[in-house]
Amino acid sequence: MAQEKFDAIVVGAGPSGNACAFSLATRGLKVLQLERGEYPGSKNVQGAILYADALEGLVGDFREDAPLERHIIEQRIWMMDDRSFCGAHYRSEDFNEDRPNRYTIIRAQFDKWFSRRVVQAGALLLCETTVVELIRDADGKVIGVRTDRDGDPIYADVVVLAEGVSGLVGARAGLRAVPPPDTVALAVKEMHFLPRETIEARFNLQGDEGVVIEAAGTITKGMTGTGFLYTNKESISIGIGCLISDFADQGQTPYGLLESFKAHPSIKPLLAGSEVKEYAAHMIPEGGYKAIPQLFGDGWLIVGDAGQFVNAVHREGSNLAMTTGRLAAETIADLKSRHAPPTAANLASYKARLDDSFVMKDLKKYKNLPGTLHNKHLFTTYPQLLSKAAQTWFRVDGLDKKSKENAIVKSFFQTRRLKGLIGDVLGMARAWR
Amino acid sequence: MSVETMVRVEDKLFQNRYLVDAGRPHITVTPHTVPSQRLLSLTRICPAGCYSQTDSGQVEISTDGCVECGTCRVVAEPAGDITWNYPRGGFGVLFKFG
Repeated sequence: MAQEKFDAIVVGAGPSGNACAFSLATRGLKVLQLERGEYPGSKNVQGAILYADALEGLVGDFREDAPLERHIIEQRIWMMDDRSFCGAHYRSEDFNEDRPNRYTIIRAQFDKWFSRRVVQAGALLLCETTVVELIRDADGKVIGVRTDRDGDPIYADVVVLAEGVSGLVGARAGLRAVPPPDTVALAVKEMHFLPRETIEARFNLQGDEGVVIEAAGTITKGMTGTGFLYTNKESISIGIGCLISDFADQGQTPYGLLESFKAHPSIKPLLAGSEVKEYAAHMIPEGGYKAIPQLFGDGWLIVGDAGQFVNAVHREGSNLAMTTGRLAAETIADLKSRHAPPTAANLASYKARLDDSFVMKDLKKYKNLPGTLHNKHLFTTYPQLLSKAAQTWFRVDGLDKKSKENAIVKSFFQTRRLKGLIGDVLGMARAWR
Repeated sequence: MSVETMVRVEDKLFQNRYLVDAGRPHITVTPHTVPSQRLLSLTRICPAGCYSQTDSGQVEISTDGCVECGTCRVVAEPAGDITWNYPRGGFGVLFKFG
């Protein structure tokens, strides 16, 4: 292998690395993909929701054999206090379609499948191989990698870093910094198994229909974060995540937070009788547009979570990962076909492609939101006020409706004051725009 | 919080599969007399409970149950409280579901 030279080395076999390696291989390029896990997916964690569009652009027939769990027909968004939730639900028969738009998946299984497709397309995959460093020439251009398999260098025209949110290689090489604790969340998750009939009865589902719940409120104890519950065929994925800077400041244990969430009176019955088969934790990039590092240089590109490509508002990540992987591959293949060297100047067209796609457009739209969401009132005060307002409104107790309305309005002004309310509303509106 | 005190993270980790690289921990704590606040916070926020405080007050790590999330790296590596590496290829946590 030491003498062989590849068109591209892709570091990592998650969604971004697989999308990139797949696109390169189908274009006839000579690709080596390196994965440190025993199999692709063995180190990867996600909720997980798969957005079909990004994958469909790569593997048009993925529905034929990809391990999909349930197609999502109902989205529940819950604002929770300690005893209640106030929810917005959207369920539509339109989501029962020939080519559903969103699926729940189990990442370790999905990544394994995607990787099989990558190998079938012609890429060479080496698992159980950790990349330890990038190799540069005298001019600083990246020309290959060194792994822990043997000390020998492996050379390529381009190295694509698809190494995930905690990727070491890029940081060691000085291409990007270790992400600061206020730009990454830590999420913990459990897999709860139940008979599929039980899940379908509990969530009002038929066949492979699925429900997902996204939740915010006092469940994160004032920290910036969210909880989730996703239905799979025979299991429920449940998890909760918060900014690492908030965890560090408050000293909450992540598993304690998860237990409290599971014990919430609105969640507990949904999990009753289940058997837990795995506990996982992973970081999620939450810094948005402003946290994106330099994405290309002489002989290298960054894709996926390593580039902070997550839309925290819409809970989108794997689709951004796949799209960045595909755009990186298109850039590399285009240069190769024109016999243009992968210099920083030439690889800059990767950034141009990103800017032109929904990836950068969406992240740019919400560029000020991460800072705005770092407001503990959004996760404590408002959920409590909302719950109290709903209860005042729905409880029939002899009080006239006008007085109820006044009590609700007064509760908001007393708790947050006019200045606080206006600040929160304007801040949110500005960041959303 | 009453619920939290009942949680034993060891019971959760028991569900997971690992291939432990015996004698080659991928994370080490820098020797210290008094731990920094960052280091101390890891005894609470590590989701696998890998960090603990000794009777004499130092923070130590046992990486066997590590789920390789990288949280401790983000909090404590830049200031030099810990060194952080991936396990050797093939070793460490093996998620069945992820």
